Amino acid sequence: MRTILYIIQKEFLQVFRNRSMLPIIFFVPVVQLIILVNAATYEMKHIRVSVVDLDLSGTSRKLVSKFQGSPFYQIQSVYFSYAEAEDEMKRGNIEMILQVPARFERKLIKEGQAKVQFVINAINGQSAGLTNAYSTMILLDYNREVLIGNTTPSMPANIKSIQTDYSYWYNPKLNYKTYMVPGILVLLVTIIGLLLSGMNIVREMEIGTIEQINVTPINKIQFITGKLMPFWIIGLFELAFGLTVGKLLFNIPMEGSLGLIFLSAAVYLFVILSFGLLISTITHTQQQAMLVSFFFMVIFILMSGLFTSIESMPVWAQNLDRLNPVMYFIKIMRMVLLKGSGFADISAHFWSLVVYAVCSLGLAILRYRKVS
Amino acid sequence: MKRFRGFVLKEFYHIFRDYRTLLILFGMPAVQLMLFGYVLTNEIKDAKIAIYDPSKDVVTRGISDKILSSGYFILERNLNTVGEIDRVFRQGDVKLALIYEPGFATKLEKNGKARIQLIADASDPNTANMLVNYASGIISNYLVSVNSEKVPMQISPEVRMMYNGELKGVYMFVPGLMAMLLMLISALMTSLSITREKEMGTMELLLVSPMRPAQIIVGKVFPYVFLAFIDACIILVLGNLVFDVPILGSISLLLLESFLYICMALSLGILISNITNSQQVAMMISLVALMLPTILLSGFIFPVENMPLIMQVLCHIMPPKYYITIIKSIMLQGNGIEYVWRETIILIGFTAVFLALSVKKFNIRLS
Repeated sequence: MRTILYIIQKEFLQVFRNRSMLPIIFFVPVVQLIILVNAATYEMKHIRVSVVDLDLSGTSRKLVSKFQGSPFYQIQSVYFSYAEAEDEMKRGNIEMILQVPARFERKLIKEGQAKVQFVINAINGQSAGLTNAYSTMILLDYNREVLIGNTTPSMPANIKSIQTDYSYWYNPKLNYKTYMVPGILVLLVTIIGLLLSGMNIVREMEIGTIEQINVTPINKIQFITGKLMPFWIIGLFELAFGLTVGKLLFNIPMEGSLGLIFLSAAVYLFVILSFGLLISTITHTQQQAMLVSFFFMVIFILMSGLFTSIESMPVWAQNLDRLNPVMYFIKIMRMVLLKGSGFADISAHFWSLVVYAVCSLGLAILRYRKVS
Repeated sequence: MKRFRGFVLKEFYHIFRDYRTLLILFGMPAVQLMLFGYVLTNEIKDAKIAIYDPSKDVVTRGISDKILSSGYFILERNLNTVGEIDRVFRQGDVKLALIYEPGFATKLEKNGKARIQLIADASDPNTANMLVNYASGIISNYLVSVNSEKVPMQISPEVRMMYNGELKGVYMFVPGLMAMLLMLISALMTSLSITREKEMGTMELLLVSPMRPAQIIVGKVFPYVFLAFIDACIILVLGNLVFDVPILGSISLLLLESFLYICMALSLGILISNITNSQQVAMMISLVALMLPTILLSGFIFPVENMPLIMQVLCHIMPPKYYITIIKSIMLQGNGIEYVWRETIILIGFTAVFLALSVKKFNIRLS
């Protein structure tokens, strides 16, 4: 036990005496949290639109002003030829062109039907889909209010209507930040944990100090535990720090029990750190270790459901994702913090993490050889 | 010149004899592109919903059928009481609950009016918003088909999706991935390889050699230009062959802009290695301060236009943003230099600033 304490002490000293590492470990993540949470938003507002109105009738003007009145759109420019508007789109100044064809109103009155064109820059497919959905919605509204309201009393009275009410639970204002904060916290803890541990043993190898440890009577388990504990404590501290910042700055809800969060975090950090140490034992230089960690990190993070939803991945990918520890912890964080889920709700995820922790810790201990 | 060649050769040996690094350097673009192309989408499909339908009449069944056959939703369970919703949401699978009022068809027939309530699990606001939009869209379509002959006039939209007709996500990811990987290889790998020499003490050997400092630095970064270029080509070719991402504009312009971006990233890498002495610090700076902004503040995943104003300002001092804009414009819109000259000049400016700073910081004496 005392041997472990000495190693822990040594590791802590190494971290705290490195002046340039300290701010990176504690200050940078908080800055990142603030910046990234503000940046990570899918909310669409102020979609920039060019209007090409070739009809210039009362109906077309009303339609345009309907778009103008919506908070989603911002009319950037008005053109009288489509080519000019398209050039504007090529320059990246607008995302959508609303084109009303000539003789629009006459056609509408005569044939009861007319078309308007939405030309949408679809390089970002998702935004394009949403832009389309919003525009169609505005058009439907316009159809309902203006056209039906304007027609003569000969209109049949028995039009049926279904009223759709919606309510958004747990986050009635659809504040995207409260959703992102727990996820980005996981991300930061993961990056710091994996990199610190991943570079650790290999650094001693590269510098040559591992030799000194190899000739001491420290055994494998003590060594790995001693290497792990400081980062484990730093990781938990960092999570607490991040949660405080999240609460103070973004006022994220904390519906569930914090104890449950930290219990899961404790297990999760074991997974990440022993995974890092495992990488550290199988690589030979810090550069290699960094690349290997980076490789896994990117895959873990991208598949974790942080930015995209897991349900929309293909089934084989969802099955593969069961091997992804980041996914479990992000789920736990979001469920507990945002919805107040209890242990029974998250137990499946929690036990998966436990199994993962035991396996990777075991592997790390097994892989570390004192004989070079 | 011969000395310089020898030095560059040494660097190449360094890289090529480290097969693990090499494997990852070339494997990474392939794996990540596959991930982005096949796995990551934000489309909604098969979202799990719960339905509370007390009347179970023709109309409610008709609407439910329409919703379930749309491909967006699958039925996870039928609810017996409204009170169950909270518990179901907490377990985490169900994203949307659909609640019909009792006696739905009768009310619709008699009063011409009936109510549906959509309750979404908005702990994921983005998905919740889309699900509600889709579901209410389907319901209003149903209504239109019921009422169709009774509405006198109608304006219908004609939608044209420019540049990406099938709304594929991979169109966004190819430029983003290029920006990210080129940054990784150029900035991160160079800064590590230079600080490594410092850490191991071999930098001293290089500094006392008859080579000039500029030669040492150029020799160090040269192989990485080469590697980065190969990676860029791998991404372009794979994107084109496997995912049909077109290259509409001129390829030489595309490669030239990529080369400019690589130079920018390299000078950034040199700058980082000049201000630090340990690999660990160099890596932390590159990774934490460069990679995340490259992914998130560049328009790679989240569109810049949606961000708050102050973030947009921040995005504008991130070089990857300009590169991504250029690449998208050339590749997907088929534009020429006349559309991207402004971004190009900005990238050149970044390169010059970073180079000037690193020359100023370069120290031929070890402290």
